[in-house]
Amino acid sequence: MAAVTDQQMASRREKVVRRFALTDAVFHAVSRASAVLVLVLLGGVAVSLFVGSWDALSKFGFSFLVTESWNPVKENFGAAAPIYGTIVTSAIAILIAVPIGIGIAIFLTELCPRPLRRPIGIAIELLAGIPSIIYGIWGLFVFAPFIQTKVQPFVIDFFHGVPILSSLFAGPPYGIGLLTSSLILAIMVLPFISSITKDVFDTVPSVLKESAYGIGCTTWEVMKNVVVPYTRVGIMGGVMLGLGRALGETMAVTFVIGNAHRISASLFAPSTTISATIANEFTEADGEMYTSSLIALGLILFIITFIILAIARYMLMRIESKKGA
Amino acid sequence: MSSIYPRRKIKNTVMMSLCVVAAGIGIAWLALILGALVYKGAAGLNIQVFTEMTPPPGEEGGLLNAIFGSLIVTIIAMFVGTPIGILAGTYMAEYGRFSKLTMVVRFINDILLSAPSIVVGLFIYEIVVRPMGHFSALAGSFALAVLVIPVVLRTTEDMLSLVPNALREAGTAIGAPRWIVIRSVAYRAARSGIVTGVLLAVARISGETAPLLFTALNNQFWSSNLNAPMASLPVTIFQFALSPYEEWQQLAWTGALIITMTVLGLSVISRSLTGRREDR
Repeated sequence: MAAVTDQQMASRREKVVRRFALTDAVFHAVSRASAVLVLVLLGGVAVSLFVGSWDALSKFGFSFLVTESWNPVKENFGAAAPIYGTIVTSAIAILIAVPIGIGIAIFLTELCPRPLRRPIGIAIELLAGIPSIIYGIWGLFVFAPFIQTKVQPFVIDFFHGVPILSSLFAGPPYGIGLLTSSLILAIMVLPFISSITKDVFDTVPSVLKESAYGIGCTTWEVMKNVVVPYTRVGIMGGVMLGLGRALGETMAVTFVIGNAHRISASLFAPSTTISATIANEFTEADGEMYTSSLIALGLILFIITFIILAIARYMLMRIESKKGA
Repeated sequence: MSSIYPRRKIKNTVMMSLCVVAAGIGIAWLALILGALVYKGAAGLNIQVFTEMTPPPGEEGGLLNAIFGSLIVTIIAMFVGTPIGILAGTYMAEYGRFSKLTMVVRFINDILLSAPSIVVGLFIYEIVVRPMGHFSALAGSFALAVLVIPVVLRTTEDMLSLVPNALREAGTAIGAPRWIVIRSVAYRAARSGIVTGVLLAVARISGETAPLLFTALNNQFWSSNLNAPMASLPVTIFQFALSPYEEWQQLAWTGALIITMTVLGLSVISRSLTGRREDR
């Protein structure tokens, strides 16, 4: 009797173990497949954009990149103006956001009283949480009118007659345009730059800082000569990440850029960016060539941001491994 | 020495003051935006907004169908994206922590995390909208799901990596197979972190406009048909804000206030969840 039970127990146990092994294999396979799916998604994005833009790319070829004309009626499309607008707005945004972002990071790591650190840090990060479209509507109804009435007339007058600067800040004051977009983009990427800079500042071994303070350095000297050189790669990573964000930002820019397909020397002039062009024109695009050209713009944006973001992540990974070592 | 010392001190004071100013700029900007939102949005905040449909130009109305559409699209996106994100994160933290695949996926995922959302919209347009021949709520949900996956994946992986190995060993020691250890030990220990990731994903997609523009499109009327265009709050805001009609612009501001409060509320909740973790 007992022997039978033992045998039964053994076979039952074997069954359970086998079932466990099977479910485990299934779970392993499913989770692995999900991980692979992420790769497939990115590959899918690249392939689908390439296929969708094939008509335009094969018709216009390389000249698509350097032609300024954007004429839906004659079906003649060139991406030079949106590419120019994207690069200029993002570059100015980064130029403004980097010093402010690093300043905030220094403030949060070195100056801020401990009880205020968390609330102020959260307040800055909330800036990143606000949806892009909110920046857009705020930019259009609040910020652009302010720039138009309070800033631009003054600046145009001030630089009037100064060579180069007078054409850089040439009227009329629309309020919307390249510079307004850049300013709003700067606010939007600020939290990314400051929070990553703060994170990489935290990777500096405190011994390094203490020894610098020990020989009598001021806080600024410690930051400039010890912390920033030590974390340079990480800061660059943060800046590149912010740049990637700025390049791809859509709704905020769409509201305030002005949607003019031309390259103009003035920073006050209405312009357009890749993402703003797609957002504005895609649903209205009639004809294969028009749609295909817009998708080609998307492909260009995808390639640019992919390269920038890949460099950013690579740099951040390097500083990360430094922390581990 | 005596001449150089004050100069260094002054320089330090100046630079540090500039840093304080920088932080001030950041906070002031948040206050400016939120202030404008409350000032302009609250004026139109009434019961009508939640009970009536989006109006034709020049008439009064609400945002009911847009709010409903946003909810539907967001919920479906979460249902599609969350399991994939969690499973992929599970693979990376539990099964293949040191495998090549994990490293590649982590890298690609981080890029997807910051990839322009409008590109994702184009992608879904190419693979869903174009073959089907028309815009649909379902396509919009897929576009948002693509944005959900990297957020959930990242937090799941991070949180599972924080679970001490001793817990897993204890589970394995009593004879539990790996997937039960993951389900009953690792998930339970990392639960609040994973929930945070999900909430962050909801916050991220509930304000997304660009990928919806040419997937779910928009709809002036009540629609619960997933196979047809559907209104959503962000797209309605986009359309109404750029219109010349005052009533529409007011509704856009009110909608903007609703979205922002939802999004910021979600991020504060998720933050307090992880905050508790850190304190423990």
